[in-house]
Amino acid sequence: LGTFEDRRWEATEVEEAAPGDAPSDSQTSSAPETVVTPSQPEDDFQEELVIRPLHSGDIYASFQFRTVWDTDFMGGKKVSHYRLFPKSLGQVISKFSVRELHISFTQGYWRTMQWGQPFLPSPPGAELWVWFQDTVTDVDGTWKELTNVLSGIFCASLNFIDSTNTVQPSASFKPLGIGNVTDHRFLRYATLPREIVCTENLTPWKKLLPCGSKAGLAVLMKSEKLFHSSFHSQAVHIRPVCQDWQCKSTSWELRQTLNVVFDLHSSGQGKREWSLFKMFSRTLTEACPLASSSKIYIDVTDNPQGEQFELSPATPLLSQAVVLGDRRTYSVYDLTQQATFGSMRSLNMLLRWKSSDGECDMMRPLLHGERYVAGYGLQTGEIHTLMYNHHPYRAFPVLLLDTVPWYLRLYIHTLTVTSKGKDNKPSYIHYQPSKDRVRPHLLEMLVQLPPNSVTEVTVQFERALLKWTEYTPDPNHGFYVGSSVVSALVPSVVAMDTNSTQERPLFSSFFPSKEESSYFVRIYTEPLLVNLPTPDFSMPYNVICLTCTVVAVGYGSLYNLLTRTFQVEEPSPGLAKRLANIIRKMRGVPPL
Amino acid sequence: MKVQGLTIQENNMGLLSDPNRRRALISMLTRLNAPICVVCYMAGVAWFMGLAFEPFTLRTYMSENAMGSTMVEERFPAGERALATGREFAAHKKKVGGMPVDWLVKTMQSQGLEVFTQRFSRTLPFPDENKERYVVEGTNVYGILRAPRAPRTEALVLSAPCSPGNNNNQAVGLLLGLSQYFRNQIYWAKDIIFLVNEHDLIGMQAWLEGYHHTNTTGMDWSPLQGRGGSIQAALSLELSSDVITSLDLVLEGLNGQLPNLDLANLFYAFCQKIGVLCTIQGKLQRDDWDTASGYSHAVQTMMLMVLKQASGRPWGDHGLFLRYHIEAASIKGINSFRQYKTDATTIGRLLEGMFRKLNNLLERLHQSYFFYLMPSLSRFVSIGYYMPAFGLLAVILLLRALDLWVQLSALPSRTEDGIADIEQSGPGVLSVLTPLVISHLTGVALYTLPIRSQEMAVEHFPVFETEAVVLTAIAIYTAGLALPHNTHRLVSGEGTEQGWRVLKLVAVLYLAVLLGCTALINFSLGFILALTLVPLAAFITPHVPKLLSALFMVLLSPGCTLFFSIFFFQELQETPVNLQEGWVLFLSVISQGILDHSLYGSLVYPLVALLVYPCWLLFWNILFWK
Repeated sequence: LGTFEDRRWEATEVEEAAPGDAPSDSQTSSAPETVVTPSQPEDDFQEELVIRPLHSGDIYASFQFRTVWDTDFMGGKKVSHYRLFPKSLGQVISKFSVRELHISFTQGYWRTMQWGQPFLPSPPGAELWVWFQDTVTDVDGTWKELTNVLSGIFCASLNFIDSTNTVQPSASFKPLGIGNVTDHRFLRYATLPREIVCTENLTPWKKLLPCGSKAGLAVLMKSEKLFHSSFHSQAVHIRPVCQDWQCKSTSWELRQTLNVVFDLHSSGQGKREWSLFKMFSRTLTEACPLASSSKIYIDVTDNPQGEQFELSPATPLLSQAVVLGDRRTYSVYDLTQQATFGSMRSLNMLLRWKSSDGECDMMRPLLHGERYVAGYGLQTGEIHTLMYNHHPYRAFPVLLLDTVPWYLRLYIHTLTVTSKGKDNKPSYIHYQPSKDRVRPHLLEMLVQLPPNSVTEVTVQFERALLKWTEYTPDPNHGFYVGSSVVSALVPSVVAMDTNSTQERPLFSSFFPSKEESSYFVRIYTEPLLVNLPTPDFSMPYNVICLTCTVVAVGYGSLYNLLTRTFQVEEPSPGLAKRLANIIRKMRGVPPL
Repeated sequence: MKVQGLTIQENNMGLLSDPNRRRALISMLTRLNAPICVVCYMAGVAWFMGLAFEPFTLRTYMSENAMGSTMVEERFPAGERALATGREFAAHKKKVGGMPVDWLVKTMQSQGLEVFTQRFSRTLPFPDENKERYVVEGTNVYGILRAPRAPRTEALVLSAPCSPGNNNNQAVGLLLGLSQYFRNQIYWAKDIIFLVNEHDLIGMQAWLEGYHHTNTTGMDWSPLQGRGGSIQAALSLELSSDVITSLDLVLEGLNGQLPNLDLANLFYAFCQKIGVLCTIQGKLQRDDWDTASGYSHAVQTMMLMVLKQASGRPWGDHGLFLRYHIEAASIKGINSFRQYKTDATTIGRLLEGMFRKLNNLLERLHQSYFFYLMPSLSRFVSIGYYMPAFGLLAVILLLRALDLWVQLSALPSRTEDGIADIEQSGPGVLSVLTPLVISHLTGVALYTLPIRSQEMAVEHFPVFETEAVVLTAIAIYTAGLALPHNTHRLVSGEGTEQGWRVLKLVAVLYLAVLLGCTALINFSLGFILALTLVPLAAFITPHVPKLLSALFMVLLSPGCTLFFSIFFFQELQETPVNLQEGWVLFLSVISQGILDHSLYGSLVYPLVALLVYPCWLLFWNILFWK
């Protein structure tokens, strides 16, 4: 397992550093991204936008804003002077002793089969995972407080995170920044699959940017357009990074990302073209004045000779990078150069497809997962998690993380892992059983996926009957089960292509080089909506009536029987006898 | 004795704890037993007939707020194009000679749907002569329209069967037209699955089993690749002409399950809004409820629903969804000789409206009734109103049981000898047990043998497999009449007065429990069985005239009930049949019943074979008690 983590770490770096990493346009920094050159000022802000025409014909736009600050929140002195770094987050870091914080809000599901892999994956709803400093003594208390504070900052229902949906994964979520803490006591992970993301979450997110939405790339973020899309995901990642290559002191990196997929089909009325204005109803006029770099990358890999689509205005700058195991080519627009905006003083890129065939057959991404509930009825069910390895000849291990709320009682003895019809024994299983109303199930497994196969993980469950106050206001909608998380080192497509020698010298291509041989991928399956046995809440009146009747009749008659004294009744005497008795009574002698 | 403050309970309890008054009550019940039973029976039938009378029924209303108050606008424009697609589909269907899978996949893909296929195969237990199929192999094609910014947790289904011949091409065309139109809309909050299923119900069964990864009927299917989460509602479309005069709503599903009444309300509301003639059971609704013909029209509509529900079979592709707690209905386009025609655009707008309202659902449909009868599309009878009709019939059985119990407890007290008592009750139990076991074994034979022995029957008799199965079933059924009576004589030597009373007491209580449970699940089936079995159970003794009673009993047996129901059903559908056609229909209905059981898990055949028929045999046994 140890080596697995190591390799993943590096791969992550490659993946994330890639877009800004190997620019051919003589950018100032050619060092890896987590290293900031010493000549930079104390804090630094970069912004970029990557636009990628997707296989399905949709457009993927990914904004990244990165603020790096050479400061130490954890040191003795209080940090009070903030410039580019948002003060609200700085205070959160120092108050709660946060080592690393990752939060994402996503509306929609990333369609891996049509869109390939995203730059930064996130599950539908809200996801929050935090590594605390090892100085924190009461991690649960701090976590509770932190979620409430974040809930205020991002205007989201993060306060619904409590012990029933928080877990401590042992292997799936490693720190992405420096530091080799692996004690997962300091990690907390929670998802809220039901969280709905809308403008009220976008506005506080935009306010964290140095330029706000006044200048730079952020002017494109008009919510009526961003939420008129197929997928919307915004995230904030805070982590410590090295200040220089010797890594003697740390800086804090704040990375804000926003990923949107626009549906050309429903907005374009069949015409396949897009422009910045069409997508965002804005054009660009300037970079953010505070940004040290401001760039737009457009993926033109599928269009080397311009036969697929035509891009205007054309740019001479090209950049190549290995992203997610695939060598991609990008056209680069540098917004800090005035020449980019041309004579119109505004930049509105236009991309027009030459052929208009809207065919979108499925892709076969190397790793892909899905999940569903099987069975019918309201008593039991079965959760199926499918993991597809589409690699033709390489097997690779994946880490599967499943969190299931307590009201689905997993029968863990029914857990089966099968690939190609055979039992596939996980090499590592970490299972934490649930406690009713206290904590959820946590299941982590390291599974080897054979090449070109489907691996199916099934586990049966029983649906619990909740207390009547525990039902949501809309109980017949169903209850959500968060996405399972599959983390893996996937062999790269570049490495797969061992026959291609046109671009590389022969001596370099025999052994696949390490940085390209595999890359880290995290995929999230769809969340589940499960119906629990639900009482008819309009019935209390009937129930009250029925209960009262039962109590009255049942209890009343029983009480009657128990308290009554039985005695043998004399047959009622005849009239003559009664008269005689009256006379005898008057006479004072005992009656007959 | 204290007499002050007599409460009702004391009074009640006093009635039972006071031996005198109890005796009085019981003697009244036993003395007036027969008249009370007759009155109850009459009242039950009258109550049931009254259900169709309009002043006694409730007007339907939309209970679900998410569908009721919100406004939607229907804008579907492309009916003509949908019909053209339907013709193209027909051409491809003809060329391929079945489901044009490749063409469908390509068409749906070009619309921007995620398209998947599912292969399935099923060998029927015996050839289905109605649909001429034995080994069924086919492919379902479905496309999923992903709702923007929805996490794949909820879905709606629109399905159209790919039928052999020239049927339903327009339905598939309209489905494709709607999918194209829906794809360009932005308001979807639930994924929409467009399903074209081959081999109607078998394909639908394969798809549903694949979707929920269950296998209840032993079918072979390939696993599904794409899903849309939990399905909230489904509509199945059947349309065989370019223009229609009316739309018919079909609700009855497997085992008599019905979708939530709100789905019917939704359909009715949109028919009213758009101005399409709508029917249920193929019958328009009439305003003249106060005339005899208006009333009989409502009775006919309701009786059709009762008969269809009692049959326990799915009356459309929607019928199989109900097992999975998915509210579903079939909509059938009917083209009759009426003047006023509705074109495909209008039907498309109707479906669009329904889907938009279903899309607005925040919870599963649960607000309205699941148990109801409909004398017309705008009127319904809820469970609270129709259950008393059954209750009145069921109470007869309880009264008879009480009567028998009293007689039984009175009998031994007459013989002063206690030892003789015990000796008598010993064989009594045995003499009850034997007929019980034998009649149930006959039931098991009726359930298992027809399918098991079809090969043997085909070998020895000049019949086809289907005929063999049906005729074997009928043979076992008739043989049961000759087989078990008088078995008690083997055990005890001679039947006693007490013996048949014990047996009848057991049989009557058995029937009461059986009918009660059936009526809870499928009211119509329970009521029809009660209507025929209760009088028989009430009057049969060994002392009634044998020949006449035997004839009467046979006429009221479950098999004959089915036979009469077929005639009645045909009469109600205005396609009366003569005796010979009726007999052919009867045979095919039996084979369909057995097929429904093995293909879709319908429970009517096992219920009748394993429980109702043995129970009837018990009464037959009593009649021939010696």
